[in-house]
Amino acid sequence: MQLEADRLTCHRAGRRVLTDVSFALGPGEALAVTGRNGAGKSTLIGIVAGLIRADAGSVRATGTGERTLPESLHLVAHRDALKASLTAAENLAFAAALLGSAALAPDDALRRVGLPGAGALPVGYLSAGQRRRVALARLLVARRPLWLLDEPMTALDAAAQDLLGGIMAEHLAGGGLILAATHAPLPLDGTRELRLGAP
Amino acid sequence: MMRVFAALVRRDLAIAVRVGGAGGLGLVFFLMVVTLIPFALGPDLNLLSRIGPAVLWIAGVLATLIGLDRLFQADEEDGSLDLMRLSPAPLELVVLAKCVAHWLATGLPLALASPLFGLLVALEPAALGRTALSLLIGTPALAFTGAVGAALAASIRRGGLLIAILVVPLMVPVLIFGVAAADPANAGRDQALTILLALTLASGAVAAIGAAAALRGGGQ
Repeated sequence: MQLEADRLTCHRAGRRVLTDVSFALGPGEALAVTGRNGAGKSTLIGIVAGLIRADAGSVRATGTGERTLPESLHLVAHRDALKASLTAAENLAFAAALLGSAALAPDDALRRVGLPGAGALPVGYLSAGQRRRVALARLLVARRPLWLLDEPMTALDAAAQDLLGGIMAEHLAGGGLILAATHAPLPLDGTRELRLGAP
Repeated sequence: MMRVFAALVRRDLAIAVRVGGAGGLGLVFFLMVVTLIPFALGPDLNLLSRIGPAVLWIAGVLATLIGLDRLFQADEEDGSLDLMRLSPAPLELVVLAKCVAHWLATGLPLALASPLFGLLVALEPAALGRTALSLLIGTPALAFTGAVGAALAASIRRGGLLIAILVVPLMVPVLIFGVAAADPANAGRDQALTILLALTLASGAVAAIGAAAALRGGGQ
């Protein structure tokens, strides 16, 4: 698929956070959105996901087939959408059923993010980094071409960051797209950068 | 579509029955209201059995309100609602599934336990059956009506009071026809029961569309 954002402008709480932001993203490409705190990185992710409405400008996706843009993307944001009282496997199985086009089984996805055997544990018992890994495992249980990642490396240790880099590289090699808001450089080669809030 | 529906119902039921869930809370609240009324009224069994169906229904309405504020708010807070917005399944289906799960966790146990609780307010055997049946048919309408309020208040912290103010007036018709259907004096004339069933079906359709519209607008 092909993603194109054209002159996006957005106000939040009366303050302008995005001014004329444009970018294009094609198959196999990753774009790192950077900028200081409050520069509008999460807002941009939200607009692409269709959760926030832009005041001006448009986001267009082509080549998604019969699916709409929200049905073609994964979102892993600060709020990890995990239920503390359900086990990691239950959370992932639910996400797979909800999102459709199932890929890896929950236990295989957990093994892939370095949490073998965590499937039977309630997510409430996991540490922040382990929760993050479970949220990232969601990327693997349903097949969707565009990954929207908001600070994907938060709370991840060095080993997990390497794992994430491998998973992202694999996704790009398969023709996927990644849009990531991040402070730390992504563990990927050849990432383009979109700097927000630069004077 | 049915897969998404089943997955949502299964998930919400699992959350309700596990530690920290609101599953048993409504039932305990129901029991408390029903047991306190006889103490307040005194030992007049005739009076008690006359107002018994009304007591059970009022307790049912109040018990439904418990946990209603968390119906969508919990999912909004932890981002699950964003996940549901990305699903190919329409939000109307999501709302319907969450209502069904809420009813299975709160309304159904209440209706099933009502014959037992009816004994505490000296109901006649005929009234026991009719009250249970009216609760079984009417409590889904309470859950559906409540869902619209819950969806409107999903992104408001401590929206519980607002939800109660919004939905209790809308629950009054259900209460009126529910109590009428439970009245053993109406045996043989089932207009009230029919209207109650109509209210449940109509509120189901309205709630799915209304609550989904509220959730779409609420997406920041």
